[in-house]
Amino acid sequence: MALTDNNTERRPRGPLFPQWIKTTAMTLSSIAVTLLGLLFITFIIGRVMPIDPVLAIVGERASQSTYDAVYLELGLDKPLIVQFLYYIWDVIHLDFGISLLNARPVAEDIARVFPATLELATLGIIIGIVLGVPLGVLAAVRKGSWIDQVARVLALVGYSMPIFWLGLMGLLVFYGILGWVGGPGRVGIFYVDVVPSVTGLILVDAALDGNWDVFKDAFSHIILPASLLGYFSLAYISRMTRSFMLEQLSAEYVTTARVKGMSEWDVVWKHAFKNIRVQLITVIALSYANLLEGSVLTEIIFSWPGIGSYITTALLSADMNAVLGGTVVVGLIFILLNIFSDLLYKVFDPRAK
Amino acid sequence: MAEHYLRAWLLTDTPTSRRHAKMSALYQGWLSFRSNTMAMIGLIILLLLVLIAAAAPLISPHDPFVQDLGNRLAPLGTPGHIFGTDSLGRDILSRLIYGARITLYIVALVALIAPVVGLLVGTVSGYVGGWVDVVLMRITDIFLAFPRLVLALAFVAALGAGIENAVLAISLTAWPPYARIARAETLTIRSSDYISAIQLQGAGALRIITKHIWPLCISSLIVRVTLDMAGIILAAAGLGFLGLGAQPPSPEWGAMISEGRRFILDHWWVATMPGLAIFTVSLAFNLLGDGLRDVLDPKAGE
Amino acid sequence: MNAFNRLLTSAAICLAVGVTSFTAHAETPANMLVIAHRIDDVTTVDPAESFEFAGSDISRNVYGRLVNLDPNDLAAGYQPDLAESWTVSEDGKTITFTMREGVTFHSGNPVTAEDAAFSLQRAVILNKTPAFILTQFGFTPENVTETIKADGNQLMITTDKKYATSFVLNCLTATIGGIVDKQVVMANEVDGDMGNTWLKTNSAGSGPYKLDSWKPNESVTLSSNPDYYGGAPAMERVIVRHVIESASQRLLLERGDIDIARNLNPEDIAGASSADGVVIADELKGRLMYLALNQKHPELSKPEVRQAFKYLIDYEGMRDSFLKGQYTIHQNFLPATYLGASDENPFTYNIEKAKELLAAAGVENLEVEIGVREAQERIEIGQSFQNAAAQAGIKVNITVGTAAQILGRYRARELDVYLGAWGPDYPDPQTNAGTFAYNPDNSDEANATGLLAWRTGWDTGGLTEKVEAAVTEGDRDTRVQMYLDIQEEFREISPFVMMFQQIEQSALRDNVKNWSTGQAVTAAAYWQVTK
Repeated sequence: MALTDNNTERRPRGPLFPQWIKTTAMTLSSIAVTLLGLLFITFIIGRVMPIDPVLAIVGERASQSTYDAVYLELGLDKPLIVQFLYYIWDVIHLDFGISLLNARPVAEDIARVFPATLELATLGIIIGIVLGVPLGVLAAVRKGSWIDQVARVLALVGYSMPIFWLGLMGLLVFYGILGWVGGPGRVGIFYVDVVPSVTGLILVDAALDGNWDVFKDAFSHIILPASLLGYFSLAYISRMTRSFMLEQLSAEYVTTARVKGMSEWDVVWKHAFKNIRVQLITVIALSYANLLEGSVLTEIIFSWPGIGSYITTALLSADMNAVLGGTVVVGLIFILLNIFSDLLYKVFDPRAK
Repeated sequence: MAEHYLRAWLLTDTPTSRRHAKMSALYQGWLSFRSNTMAMIGLIILLLLVLIAAAAPLISPHDPFVQDLGNRLAPLGTPGHIFGTDSLGRDILSRLIYGARITLYIVALVALIAPVVGLLVGTVSGYVGGWVDVVLMRITDIFLAFPRLVLALAFVAALGAGIENAVLAISLTAWPPYARIARAETLTIRSSDYISAIQLQGAGALRIITKHIWPLCISSLIVRVTLDMAGIILAAAGLGFLGLGAQPPSPEWGAMISEGRRFILDHWWVATMPGLAIFTVSLAFNLLGDGLRDVLDPKAGE
Repeated sequence: MNAFNRLLTSAAICLAVGVTSFTAHAETPANMLVIAHRIDDVTTVDPAESFEFAGSDISRNVYGRLVNLDPNDLAAGYQPDLAESWTVSEDGKTITFTMREGVTFHSGNPVTAEDAAFSLQRAVILNKTPAFILTQFGFTPENVTETIKADGNQLMITTDKKYATSFVLNCLTATIGGIVDKQVVMANEVDGDMGNTWLKTNSAGSGPYKLDSWKPNESVTLSSNPDYYGGAPAMERVIVRHVIESASQRLLLERGDIDIARNLNPEDIAGASSADGVVIADELKGRLMYLALNQKHPELSKPEVRQAFKYLIDYEGMRDSFLKGQYTIHQNFLPATYLGASDENPFTYNIEKAKELLAAAGVENLEVEIGVREAQERIEIGQSFQNAAAQAGIKVNITVGTAAQILGRYRARELDVYLGAWGPDYPDPQTNAGTFAYNPDNSDEANATGLLAWRTGWDTGGLTEKVEAAVTEGDRDTRVQMYLDIQEEFREISPFVMMFQQIEQSALRDNVKNWSTGQAVTAAAYWQVTK
């Protein structure tokens, strides 16, 4: 499960605490504890890893004196717990430290790579929703029909396909042979840095700037990887939609409504679908969280400078400040989206009270 | 005659013993499973895979490790090398056949480790409750909130690349959902009358958990594990693809794709054949999982 | 929310109109050079610190040096750059450079002897990885104000003893010889770091290009310096884009989205060479592939075993298959084209001979671990070797890891066998002789992790003294002969199995002229390129 981009398996937790205030306090403290735990484990992993951060910086040729100087500079001579406390102290002050490998503040790096992932994940999830939800609803309404079979096959293939292979093939066919889409990277080389970076999302920046050439070009680059991610979320979303809908459609009130002569359209969309909204949003939120984690393999294949490949590269070169910073951001997003879906349950779902 | 008798015995509406009832339920499950064509296809593919893996030395046309630099990147359909040869001139079909062993090995190990850990944590957490529950669930949350790729990569990086470590890394990222499921099930079961009855009889917590709660959690876990198998295979392949799984010259499928992707433009089959193998096997697991879910856990599915 | 809605609408429209409307660009603009290259090794662009391949490319185009190599005539050796001329004192220890007049930095400040002195002193004081290139002449942070001095228009550098002048000047053509703008750098100093933090990501040079931006693992953008003393470069903008996959680079090139692809593998080179409008340029590089046999290992330290391993490499088989066109057989530590390089390649793939040698050494059931960095060609070399060794009865276990993982163990003398690549640091034979065949103290305590011979635990069998003698020899022909002798002995006795020398194959659009990746002696240059 670790590395597949098409895995959306996390479940939300049900509510644990009845009172609102207590809930808020507990939620906040649990975020803090989870984040702290996250950081601590990452920190430990970073220190026990047999990758030498000093060597990662100084390279093969360095003399021992250069090596020793960097070793001290990184504070590696201090006890682990002291190093950790220093780090936490800095993080509280919103200082994620300097990336060991490119000498920039980690926060700056993340501000650069995260929008790339955000843009890709957002477009991916939009594709997943726009196609997945109607497909799931249709499959449920026409259970057993050809459309249900198509939906099933689509989903099964999505669950079973190695994404890195599909990505390579997609690039080969749609870019290499057909030339329909832009190649690897976020934007064509002539359009690099053409529009001012306001949000970091090139599509949005181009639209704000009114530069539709850049927009078009960026869109042609993002559409293939986004479709790929969209397909994998579609597989999950359509399956979940279908099963939620089936549950609703077999409920008594649906039978009653049908008996009363309500149109099938109204039964499906105004009643059954309305009732699955909360569950659906939870599913979508979790899919989205998974995409935001950064789809490493997709990012590698499409030369997409996102957070997934950022963390991976950093990890393999023992750039622990970068790994920790990335982990905090990704972990926080996951926790927040989880809390968001918990809240939805509490607000909208009477059974959860 | 005996067969008919057996069938009637298994399909009875009035079981004569607990064992009879159990067997009967199993048989009826099997019948409903058998009528699910897709699931049967999945099962057959997997049985075939097991056979192939077991008989690898007998059926593979070549030694999967023997190199022939003069005959590298031979195309599909080359006499003697149906699926062609790879960059070092090794027979791809033979490598795929031996690779099946590695895939099965990884899947089996992860399927043993992750659910057991999850079951342990989940049932203890759910049954004991209190601060134990809080602590265990907090740890589960931390692991859930961890970017899985970071966790798996970091783990492999820390222990060194290799199949066993890849298995451990994948298990490490896979157990929390099982813990969640087991805990949820435990909470429902714990409040049931029959557990209270056993408690009144003086059974200890250990006994209740192992003898009464675990058996009830198992079926939903099995479904879940089967559905996760595909994910495990893809994860292992992903690790192999990143060079963190099985070490060369081991014919692990993900590593084979990684080796072959360099030739994707001109010698596409080198990466495609292992890609198809991975696809087929994970599809089979998905089909099987779907079918099992219908049989064992009709509520949870569709 | 409104903007978002609009965005969604436009996205939907685009999707509806159909992606077919996006056609690829036929070619890049005439004044722009676009290169696909792996640049993930760039960790800093400060010339006092930068040491990796892609970083050296940036430095070469951004910073002028006292002496430099001409990309159109690399064989000519070092030429005047920011120093117009130089003289050597009678004792051979002091070189006095006269600076070129009228050259300015990108900031507009004039380039002075003071800047040059500051740049070299700074590199010594900072003591970053490449500092050894300068400190081997006896410069230390303590004596550097005495040994490197500016006086008016002149710069004097004084070495601790007499070296071949060519050796000193060759070292100054390396990245670390880049001359920085003292005024700008010191204005950006933080906590006495001599501007290191700032220069890691910014530039203050006088070269033909200035650095617009370096986005790690994304791109490097350079724009031309119209006031460059050698004339404004034809390419006004150079963009180096980080593309990892060979297949992706090839697709970009064939579609005309880039001008040059620098990391194509042999198969993609073969494919691209038949594409319209693509030509392949070969350049012999300085990088060598070798195996290092740990001499702390009881079996590997036997002379016959060292010999046997040299017969267990399928040199020709590899060269003609997965290394095709990109590596040539080379069994000496000095790369071809270097002063004193030898072209003797006496070893061939010979399992029987290896078996005999192993039997003579009384070695049976040998099992060794080989550390390999995770580059596909190295993994394949490792597997080919593994295969050959198995036939001679040696079991080889391959451990693949990232650079930092494997290197750490090699430096700690823990690996049995290391499959390494080594590129020269400056265009003088000492660069390799001083590491492969030089190890004055082989004890663990010496901790000379910078020396390959030390990492391998090899006392060099007397070659250390010969290397020391060769580096101070003033007569060129004598020096050449000394290196040839050292290499001959090295081939026979060393625990290094030298295998291949790299050929860099760049795939270019056919309108690109004068492309140079710097051959074996330096990095890529952009200013002479035309389209």
